[in-house]
Amino acid sequence: MTAKPRRTFRVLVAKPGLDGHDRGAKVVAAALRDAGFEVVYTGLHQTPEMIVNAALQEDVDAVCVSILSGAHMTLFPEILDLMKRKGMNDVLLCGGGIVPPEDAEQLNRLGVGRLFGPGTDTRDIVEYLTETLPVLRPAG
Amino acid sequence: MNEGRSRFPGTIVPADKPVWGPEDLKDFDTVRDLGDPGRYPFTRGPYETMYGGRLWTMRQFSGFGSARDTNQRFKYLLEHGQTGLSVAFDMPTLMGYDSDHPRANGEVGREGVAICSLRNMETLFDGIPMGDVSTSMTINCTAAIMLAFYVACAEKQGVAAGRLRGTIQNDMLKEYIAQKEWVFPPEPSMRIIVDMIEFCADHLPKWHPVSISGYHIREAGSTSVQELAYTLMDGFTYVEYCLKRGIPVDKFAPRLSFFFNSHMNFFEEIAKFRAARRIWAKRMKNRYGAQSPESWRLRFHTQTAGCSLTAQQPENNIVRTAVEALAAVLGGTQSLHTNSMDEALALPTEQAVKIALRTQQILAHECDLTEVIDPLAGSYFIEALTNKMEEECERIFAAIEQMGGMVPAIERGYPQREIAKSALEFQRAVEEKRYVNVGVNEHVEGERPFPILKIDPAMEREQAAELKRIRERRDNAAVNRVLEEMRRAAREGRNLMPPIIEAVKVETTLGEIIEVLKKEFGEWREPPIYW
Repeated sequence: MTAKPRRTFRVLVAKPGLDGHDRGAKVVAAALRDAGFEVVYTGLHQTPEMIVNAALQEDVDAVCVSILSGAHMTLFPEILDLMKRKGMNDVLLCGGGIVPPEDAEQLNRLGVGRLFGPGTDTRDIVEYLTETLPVLRPAG
Repeated sequence: MNEGRSRFPGTIVPADKPVWGPEDLKDFDTVRDLGDPGRYPFTRGPYETMYGGRLWTMRQFSGFGSARDTNQRFKYLLEHGQTGLSVAFDMPTLMGYDSDHPRANGEVGREGVAICSLRNMETLFDGIPMGDVSTSMTINCTAAIMLAFYVACAEKQGVAAGRLRGTIQNDMLKEYIAQKEWVFPPEPSMRIIVDMIEFCADHLPKWHPVSISGYHIREAGSTSVQELAYTLMDGFTYVEYCLKRGIPVDKFAPRLSFFFNSHMNFFEEIAKFRAARRIWAKRMKNRYGAQSPESWRLRFHTQTAGCSLTAQQPENNIVRTAVEALAAVLGGTQSLHTNSMDEALALPTEQAVKIALRTQQILAHECDLTEVIDPLAGSYFIEALTNKMEEECERIFAAIEQMGGMVPAIERGYPQREIAKSALEFQRAVEEKRYVNVGVNEHVEGERPFPILKIDPAMEREQAAELKRIRERRDNAAVNRVLEEMRRAAREGRNLMPPIIEAVKVETTLGEIIEVLKKEFGEWREPPIYW
C-alpha cells in the first residue's frame, strides 16, 4: 500500500450530468476511503452548481469527477469555472472516465488535474492525491 | 504470481477441482432437468430446431449524433449483412430531456442518437421499411414515448401497428438496480410498464414490450449469479404486476423477452443461459399457472461484456468478444450484439463495428457451431454448474422475497449494494493480480494513439434549431389539449399509451410529455451509497 497522507484529506467524488455509469465512481470512492481519505459521494445526476456547492459545504480538498458520457468537454470547464468564481483556487479538480487523450490535454491546459482512464489501478489515484494535496493544501 | 492461478472474480466454479464426474451429478434426471430442445423445461433451448431452423439475429446496437448520422449507420450495417436494427439513444433522450433543455448541454448525440420529436424518428427511419425490419430500442423511463414515436412514424410509412416487429427495453427495475436512468419512482414506473404490456398485447402482437435485462446489472459489476437472479426476479415482478392488473398470464407472458451479458467466464456463462431457461419455465408453469408453452419459453438477446473491454491494446478486445460470443451461441441465444474493439475509448468507428459484425458471421458460418443443438449437454461440469446456478438463484430469490419483493428491495438499496460489493471485489482481484487482465495488469505496453469516432458538436445546435421550428409550426392549442387528456389519464389510472400516441402525432416533444408526467408521478432520487 501507498503511504498514508500526512493529514486526513477530504475528497468529493462526483457524478455530473445525466450519465448513470457509477461503477467506477463507487469503486474509486471505496478505494480512497480504504486508503484513509474522508470521502463524500454526491450520487448521480448532479449539475456543476450542485457539485461545487457540495464541495464548498463539505470543505473538501479535492473534487474527483467521473464522466463516461462524452460530455467531459462541457462539464469539466463548467465545474472549473464555478470553482474559480467561488475562489476555490486551492481545491484540486481531477477525474476519470472515457476521455480521449487530446481532450484530456486540453482540459489539463485549462487547469484540470489528472484524468484517469479505464484500467487504472486505484493505487495510482491514491498516490496522485497523496502527492498533490499536501502541496496544494498544506496544513488543513 | 503464477498466471495459471488467475481466477475469474466472483465465480461459482470451485477452486482446485480440475475433474468433474458422475459424483457431481448424483440426482441428475435427464427428463426432468434437461428435456428436449423446444420442450419443457427448455434447458436445451427454446426451439426444437434452434440454429438449424434459423440463425440467431445479428443485431448491432448503434446510435450516435443526429438522426441522420444514425440512419446512415443503419443503412451501412444492413448493407453489410446485419439482420435487425438496434437503436442506442443519447442520455437526454433516455432521461426525458429535449435536446435544447439546459440539462442536455454537452450530452446531445454523445452516447447515442438524439430523438425528441416525431420528426427525428422519421429521419431515423428514412428509407428503411418499418414493416420489414425488426427494431430493438434500448430505452426505459421514456419508453412509452419512444414506442409512440415508432408507431406514429410507421403509420406515416403506411405500416399498421399490428405489423411492427421488435423490442423495447422498458425494464425500469434494472434501471434502479444498475443502469441508473430514471424519472419517476418505482411504483409509477411499474404502472407505465404494465400499461405498455397491456397495450402491446392488444395492438402490437408482434412486439416485445419489455426486455428484462441482466446486461446492465453485470456491467455495473455483478457476478453471473447476481445478474441471473436479479434479472429473473425482475421478470417475476413484472408478471406479478400484470396479474394484479388482471391481464391473463398467457396473454402477456409469451411476449416477454430477456437480455443477458456474456462475460469472459466462459463455462459459467453457458451454464447461466441454460439455467435461465429452466428456472423461468418452472416458475411460470408452477407458480404463475401459465398453461401455454409460449409463456414458459425464455428467449434472450445477448451482448458481449462491454466492461471486459480494455482501453489498453484495443485489438485484444476482438478476441475477448469472440470468446464471449461463442459462449452466447453455445448457450442458445436468439440474437447477439458483439462489441467493437474501440468501445473502451469512444463510440465505435465504422471499421471497428464491421469487424465485430464479421466476428458473428465467422462464428455462424465457418465453425460448424449451428449443426448440433446444446452440444455441451451431459457434460458433468456444465450440468453441475447449471444446477449450481439454479440453486444460487433460489437462495437470492428467497432473500429478496423476505424483503417483500424486488421493489422494496430496490427501495432499501439491496441489489445496488450487493453489486457495488462485487464490483469492488473485481477491481481488487485485478489490482492484486488474482485475476490476470492482459494488457492491464500483465503484459503491459505503453499507450499509443488509436483512431476514434468524433461527434460533431454542431449537431446539438441543429437539434435545438429544429425543435424551435417544430414548436413554431405545430398547432400549440392541440398540443395543450392532448397533454391535458394525458394528465387526466395519468390521474384516473387509464392506460397512458393512447393519449401519448395522440400527443406525439401533433408533434408534442419528448420533454414536454415527461414534464407533465413528472408533475403527476414525482421524481426518483437514489440515496448516494457506495460499498
